[in-house]
Amino acid sequence: MKNMALHRAADRHGELAAEGVHWWRDGRRVLEGASLKAQPGRLLVLIGPNGAGKSSLLAVLAGLGQPTQGRATLDGRSLANWTPEALARRRAMLSQQVQLGFAFRVEEVVRLGRSPHGAAREDGRDGEIVDAALRAAHAWSLRGRPYPQLSGGEKQRVQLARVLAQVWDARDAPAWLLLDEPEAGLDIAHQHFVLRRAQAMARQGFGVIAVLHDLDLAVRYADEVALLAQGRVLRHGPPAQVLDPAVLSTAYGLPLRRERLEGGGWVLVPA
Amino acid sequence: MNSIVVAASPVSRRRPVALGALAVLLAAAALWGLSSGAMALPAGRVLQALGHWLGGAPLDADDHVVLMLRLPRVLMAVLVGAALACGGAAMQGLFRNPLADPGLIGVSAGAALGAVAVIMLGHLVIGRLPEAVAPYGVAAAAFAGGLAATLLVYAIGRRRPGVATLLLAGVAINAMAGAAVGVLIFLASETQLRDITFWSLGSLGGSDWLRLAIAAPPTLLPLLLLPRLARALNALLLGEQEASLLGFRPQRLRRTLIALVALMVGAAVAAAGMVGFVGLIVPHLLRMVWGPDHRLLLPASALGGGALLVAADTLSRVVAAPAELPIGVLTALLGGPFFLWLLLRARLGEGRA
Repeated sequence: MKNMALHRAADRHGELAAEGVHWWRDGRRVLEGASLKAQPGRLLVLIGPNGAGKSSLLAVLAGLGQPTQGRATLDGRSLANWTPEALARRRAMLSQQVQLGFAFRVEEVVRLGRSPHGAAREDGRDGEIVDAALRAAHAWSLRGRPYPQLSGGEKQRVQLARVLAQVWDARDAPAWLLLDEPEAGLDIAHQHFVLRRAQAMARQGFGVIAVLHDLDLAVRYADEVALLAQGRVLRHGPPAQVLDPAVLSTAYGLPLRRERLEGGGWVLVPA
Repeated sequence: MNSIVVAASPVSRRRPVALGALAVLLAAAALWGLSSGAMALPAGRVLQALGHWLGGAPLDADDHVVLMLRLPRVLMAVLVGAALACGGAAMQGLFRNPLADPGLIGVSAGAALGAVAVIMLGHLVIGRLPEAVAPYGVAAAAFAGGLAATLLVYAIGRRRPGVATLLLAGVAINAMAGAAVGVLIFLASETQLRDITFWSLGSLGGSDWLRLAIAAPPTLLPLLLLPRLARALNALLLGEQEASLLGFRPQRLRRTLIALVALMVGAAVAAAGMVGFVGLIVPHLLRMVWGPDHRLLLPASALGGGALLVAADTLSRVVAAPAELPIGVLTALLGGPFFLWLLLRARLGEGRA
C-alpha cells in the first residue's frame, strides 16, 4: 500500500492541479467545483466569458486564496502545506495589474523577482538572471529607466521579466508560470512575442498556464485549452476539440463559426 | 527629467557611499550641537571633553557643560530624529504612498491625547505630582496613548484586506483623538493651556541621561529591526498580492511594521512632543537622491533624520538665545516651504519622487 502511495506521489511530480474547488470571495461565489490538472512542458490556455472564474482559478492555482472547499495541489501536495518561500521558488504569476508608484529603475523591479532566493547571491548570479530575463521579455532596452515613466505596454514587459526572473533557474523540479492576460495592453507584435515566449518556456520544461481573451491566440499557441463558464471547467483538451464553435457559441452567448485560412489553420469569427 | 541624476549602480554599491556620507553629516551636526549654546565652545574643546570622558580623566566645568548638558540632548535629538524619519519611511512603504506619515496610524494623535490628559487631569488621579516627576508622567502617558490609539486603528483596519481600511481607521481615530484634545483644551486653565501649547510645539529641553536611558530601548530596538524587513517592504511596494506571490507574508509584515513604528514614534513623541515633517521630508528627499530601495532607505533615513533633528535643535537654541524656539515650530517652518518646493518641482508619483 505504502509503495503504491509513494508511486502515485511520484506520478504527480510537477503536476499543478485544482480539485473540486469552490470559492466564495468577498461574498460572491466565483468558483463552483472547478477541477483542472495541468502538466509541465505544456502551454495551457484558460478561456471563457467575463466572470467565468478564469482569474480566480489562476489565483487558487497560485496559492493566493484558500478555497472554501476543495484544494489546489503542486506535486500532489496541497498548496496550503507549502511555505510561501518554497512555493515562490516553484511558481511565478503575472498579475493583471501591478501598481508601482515608487521610482524603482527597470532592472531593480526585475530584481525584486529574485526575492524568494535570498540575499546571498546579490551581485553575481542574480545579476545574470536579471539580464537574461530582461532580454527574454524584450525589455532589455528599457534598462536604467524609472519604472513609473514607462508606457503601459513597457510596464507589462518589465513585469513579465520580473516573473521570468523569479523561476528562471528552477532546476530540481519543473516550475510554473501563471500568466493572467499577458497580452493585455501590448501591440500585436508583442502579443505574439509574449505567447511565443510562453510556448518556448513550456518547451524548456516549464508549466505554463495563461488566461487569454483572444481565441485566435489560443488557437495558434495553446497545447491545451480549458473552457470555463460559471465557475466550472466545462471542457479541457486539445485546442481543435475544445474550441468547438457550437460549445463556444453557448458559453459566450454569441454565435461563432470557424473560418478556414489560406495556407491552413482557422480562426473563430461571429457567425 | 525632473530628478537629481543618479548613478544606475546596484544598491549594494550605492549603500556604503550613501551611508558613509550621511554618517559624516550626522557627526558634523552633532559636533555643531555640542559646541553651540549659551556658552559657545570651539569644536576642539568639545572633542577634548569627549576624550576626557572616554579616557576617564577628571572633568572640569567646560567638560561638564558638554557631557552633562549637551551630549544627552544631542543624543536624544539623534534618537528622536532617527525614529521619526525611519518610521516615516516604513509607513510610506506600507501604505505605498510617498506622502504617508507615521501619524497616519494614530500614534501621534493618541500620544497628544495622553499627554494633554495628564497635563489636565494628572493631579486629580495621582495627587499633585512633585515637580521632578511630572514630566515623566506626561511622557509615559504620551507613550501609552500613542500605543493605545495605534492598537485601536490596527484592530479596526485588520478586519478587511488591503490598507485602505487601515488608512481610514487612522483618519477617524486621529479626528476623534483631536476632538478629545480640543475638549480638554476648552476646559483648561491658563497655566495648563501654556503647558499644552509648549508640549505640542515640541522641545528637547530637559533631556538628560536618565530620560535618554528611558527613551533609548523603544527607539533603538525598532531602528535595528526595521532594516531586516527591507526586502519584504520592497516587495510590498508592488502590492500585497505580489508580495505574497514573492514568498512574503504581507499580513504578518503589516503587523510587525505597525508595532515597530508605534513603538519608536510613540517614544519619540513622548520624549520630544510633536515634531512635524521629519518623517515626511527625510525619506522623501533620500528617495529622490538614491531611489526607493528600502535596504538603503531605512538606515539612510535613520542617519539623515538624526542629523536633521540635531541641526534643527541646535538652531532652535541659537537663533533666539538665551530663549529656545520650540523645535516643532522650526521643523515646520523650514520643512513646509521645502516640501512645497519639492511638490512643485516633481509631480507626485513621477520621477524619483
